[in-house]
Amino acid sequence: MLGLLALVIRRDLVLAMRRRADILTTLIFFVMVVSLFPLGVGPEMEMLRRMAAGVLWVAALLSSMLSLGRLFSADYQDGTLEQMMLAPQSLSMLVLGKMTAHWMVSGLPLVLMAPVLGLQFDMPAQALGILIVGLLLGTPVLSMIGAIGAALTLGLRGGGVLLSLLVLPLCIPVLIFGTGAVEAITAGLSVASHLSLLGALLVLALVFTPWVTAQALRISME
Amino acid sequence: MAINWFKYSAPTTFYGLAGKLIPWFAFSAALLFVIGLYIGFAVAPVDAQQGEFYRIIFIHVPASILSMFLYLVMAGYAALGLIFNTRLSAMMATAIAPTGALFAFISLWTGALWGKPMWGAWWVWDARLTSELILLFLYLGFIALHASIDDPRRADRASALLAIVGSVNVPIIYFSVKWWNTLHQGSTIKYTGTSMHVAMQQAMFIVLLACWLYAIAVVLARVRSIILERERNTVWINELPEVRS
Repeated sequence: MLGLLALVIRRDLVLAMRRRADILTTLIFFVMVVSLFPLGVGPEMEMLRRMAAGVLWVAALLSSMLSLGRLFSADYQDGTLEQMMLAPQSLSMLVLGKMTAHWMVSGLPLVLMAPVLGLQFDMPAQALGILIVGLLLGTPVLSMIGAIGAALTLGLRGGGVLLSLLVLPLCIPVLIFGTGAVEAITAGLSVASHLSLLGALLVLALVFTPWVTAQALRISME
Repeated sequence: MAINWFKYSAPTTFYGLAGKLIPWFAFSAALLFVIGLYIGFAVAPVDAQQGEFYRIIFIHVPASILSMFLYLVMAGYAALGLIFNTRLSAMMATAIAPTGALFAFISLWTGALWGKPMWGAWWVWDARLTSELILLFLYLGFIALHASIDDPRRADRASALLAIVGSVNVPIIYFSVKWWNTLHQGSTIKYTGTSMHVAMQQAMFIVLLACWLYAIAVVLARVRSIILERERNTVWINELPEVRS
């Protein structure tokens, strides 16, 4: 079971490393969107400091949407996905592996990049730490919920825009608790409740989304 | 006598039944609208705090209730269709979505019209407003997904799965938005303990019933056109008097 998971993750990571440009595009998009906000709303540090968490989270949400289309499409086009569905191993497990690999190449770089961008917004160190913890808990959920949308829109015309339309409303709770945690620490309150809720979302997503995504893939491939 | 509960689960028989039921629902909906709105606009007394402005409640509240209720009904039909593989359930889910979206839109629109004189703003980031907006997004996502898949079977099943995922998510979204709002600021509107006048309650209840009947009538009419469209190559459709002429 775990061997299968590791195999799928390694395979997807190798494939992603062969096409590094894709990873970099997502990351550059993230940096660019975040940098656009001060240009749009003005350079007052006081305001930027208050906006920082929200801006970073929304940008992370948008850039994770950007890379979701690639989650299944390459495997779908060259027929690998069909073989995976015929395989005797559990499809949910294969999907979980693909989700994990997707998060490692599209979510993790954003998390690592976030502190640098947070400094641009003059975030205090404490808030920055909580932001990172929140992103670490939240971005996997984005990848997992997004995978359902990616499976449902597999091979459709204009799938990318449609995908965002389907997935963004479902991601709202993650956004709320992620930014809420930073806001709480800035206000001197406890962040435990926000982070626990993010953790709960992660656990829920971990249990249900691989199975739902597998069902969605079956619907799309039949 | 054993009743065949599944008789009307086939499009063939349901098409005729729906055709017979539509006038009844439509007529009683129209009648109740007139009665309810008359009580609401002419009989019910003026509100002590909000003056005449509050009267939009007679459209706003029924629309909001139905928009939420219809999402559950839609997800229920979607689940039925997915589990038992019945064609009619999926058609019903598809037929409900536009009406649900319409009610969500009416609810937001009347809410904005109400908010302007009461709160001095067209839009307030209140928990209920925000979750209603997200509900509208969920409806639009369902409609968009269904519309962009050409194969009707795949479209039905894919959008059914989306509706179910959405309905699981609705409570999570609702509570997260609620907590988000209370963390940012105190709740903008608070219901005071005053009880509503009887005429107000009656008007609201009658309009709610009218909206419900209207929704049933419209959904039945829409499902009839969906049946006609999907089954256009079958013999029974081509033998219908309205198709022949």
